[in-house]
Amino acid sequence: MTALAIGSLYALIALGYTMVYGILKFINFAHSDIVVLGAWSSYSIAIRALPWIGLDAHNPATPPPLWMSAGIFIAIVLFCSLVGFTIERLAYRPLRRAPRLNVLITAIGVSLLLQNVGQLDFIFGASPQKMPALLPNWELARLAFGSGESTRYVTITLVDTIIFAISGVLMLSLEFLIFRTKFGTALRAVSFNTDHAALMGIPVDRVISLTFMLGSALAGAAGFLYVMKFPGMSQPAHSIWVLLGLKAFVAAVIGGIGNIRGAVLGGFIIAFVEQFGAYYISSNYRDVYVFALLILILLVKPTGLLGSPVREKV
Amino acid sequence: MSTREAQQPNLIDSNDFNALKSAVPIVIGISLAVAFQFTIPTAFGPYYSRLVIDAGIAMILAVSLNIVNGMTGQFSIGHAGFMTVGAYTAGMISFYGSLLLWGASAKHGSFLGSGEWMFLTACLTGGVVAAFAGLVVGLPSLRLRGDYLAIVTLGFGEILRVILQQTGKVVDDPAVVREAPLTTLASLPVGGAIGFDGIPKYTSLFWVYAMLSLTVIFAYRLKNSSFGRAMLSVREDEIAAQAMGINIARQKTLAFVMAAFFAGVGGGLLAHEGGVIISPKDAGFQRSFDYVIMTVLGGRGSITGVMLAAVLLSGLPEVLRDFERYRIIVYALLLIIMMLSRPQGLFGIHEIWDYFPKSWKKSSRKGAAR
Repeated sequence: MTALAIGSLYALIALGYTMVYGILKFINFAHSDIVVLGAWSSYSIAIRALPWIGLDAHNPATPPPLWMSAGIFIAIVLFCSLVGFTIERLAYRPLRRAPRLNVLITAIGVSLLLQNVGQLDFIFGASPQKMPALLPNWELARLAFGSGESTRYVTITLVDTIIFAISGVLMLSLEFLIFRTKFGTALRAVSFNTDHAALMGIPVDRVISLTFMLGSALAGAAGFLYVMKFPGMSQPAHSIWVLLGLKAFVAAVIGGIGNIRGAVLGGFIIAFVEQFGAYYISSNYRDVYVFALLILILLVKPTGLLGSPVREKV
Repeated sequence: MSTREAQQPNLIDSNDFNALKSAVPIVIGISLAVAFQFTIPTAFGPYYSRLVIDAGIAMILAVSLNIVNGMTGQFSIGHAGFMTVGAYTAGMISFYGSLLLWGASAKHGSFLGSGEWMFLTACLTGGVVAAFAGLVVGLPSLRLRGDYLAIVTLGFGEILRVILQQTGKVVDDPAVVREAPLTTLASLPVGGAIGFDGIPKYTSLFWVYAMLSLTVIFAYRLKNSSFGRAMLSVREDEIAAQAMGINIARQKTLAFVMAAFFAGVGGGLLAHEGGVIISPKDAGFQRSFDYVIMTVLGGRGSITGVMLAAVLLSGLPEVLRDFERYRIIVYALLLIIMMLSRPQGLFGIHEIWDYFPKSWKKSSRKGAAR
């Protein structure tokens, strides 16, 4: 169950990577920092909002009413998409015609900037914090496997279920948006060939901005859900966040980067390999499984599981 | 186009190639290294000589990465991984070698004494082992292109980091090492997550700058050789290069091997630097990014540009030390502004002397014997 919840988080983040890659052909290294932003701003909103309705923010036994959690969630998603829009406008748009390596370096610069601005005392501070519980700590069901000594329990908690449900809804609506709406058609056209799309009268810049906002909104949602699941938050520049982003990126690559469904598939594969590897082999090598799997899959199928081979033309 | 124009005179030069002339830059480099060794510490004190050493190591790594990223046009973000392979190999040789030979891991012998020669062997072996790792990582380039290759190099660095974190404690008892040297070493006693402490501190200005001059001369001669031009053509257009009969997979793999060798040597120097404890963290992507940034800022393929960027970027954190909190923010902003305003890097594909006035150029060409 944990694997399902983590898998859906990876998938949410991977979607952002894959959309940006599909449309602009570069790895958006600042994407994981939007996740951090989502996580940390939900902390700073929650820590201020809970006392305001008369609750102790540090007591996990008294979660706030559902409307408040939902309100925080929506605020975070909107805020992150706004930040995503700003980043694209200021840092990436001037480089639209520059070599891809430069955009990549700029992305690394933006990532460093976000991390370390976040570390400043008047923003989030540079010390780890504990996220207040926004959801009640219920166990929905407990399944038993085996009998006697070797009985193992699988507990399904409310948090896991909600993470899975929200990500599922978000992914399905994204699927609808991309394959069933006019904007989705425009997005696919731009990712197929930017110049031709522009000739067809598609406002390329606006489509790219919207893609960034969508990706950042998903990342913000993932950040919020991540701290629901793991309330112990490391400081914004801690490498654990970068690693989270990297794994999500690996998920996007495994599924075939640029491919929306592939990203979701990759997210779940990564989470299952990581969780089961950690459980059955050794948790010390948790990160090795993910990267080893990546290298294996790339060697067998260089464009990822669902990626289509790219033919190079002279 | 302009690379080819800049290279024209060298093509003519290489016709009257002779061994004596080609030895001149090496002699200049080594004597410069000796001069640094005996002037800088006495004139400026240990703080500045440490800075100069750091800058030298950064230059070795950036120039070697430039062979892959700048000349061959591949995108490696696992360079720190190769560096760490070299660092740990060299560290193991000199640490356990010292324990076996002299019964203590401390520095042995004076300048150019027996300990220093073991240190040199250790660094070179580190380079060879790193080059082998480069071969292993470069081989997937037979199948992978562009970004996917970059991700594999990234994965290599991360896997290496996790594996190094699981290694055992450093064995600093000479008796244990003497009794069963092979079984002790096979268990990789290199300190796990806390790092490999206790490596004798041999790295001095002389060794760093001697190695740096070898690296730079190698890179420069490579760039102007037919082999290097094959690499540049792979960077410009793989399909066209292939059509001209260039084995692109071989060029890419060899670029990885060469870059990894010098990265390994640089890692060996870093491991033996005073005040540095080499740790698994060094293999991670953050350090690799530092070197990628240096090559991009310097200009892809420009050796002098990359060297200048390496000096600037390794010195910048020191200059900004007073604003500790804002240091990386300023660094990141500089990077973004630089990319927006001068996307080709400081020098683009040119070398620094392409910007000198014409009259200078003639005389420098005779003197430097390029």
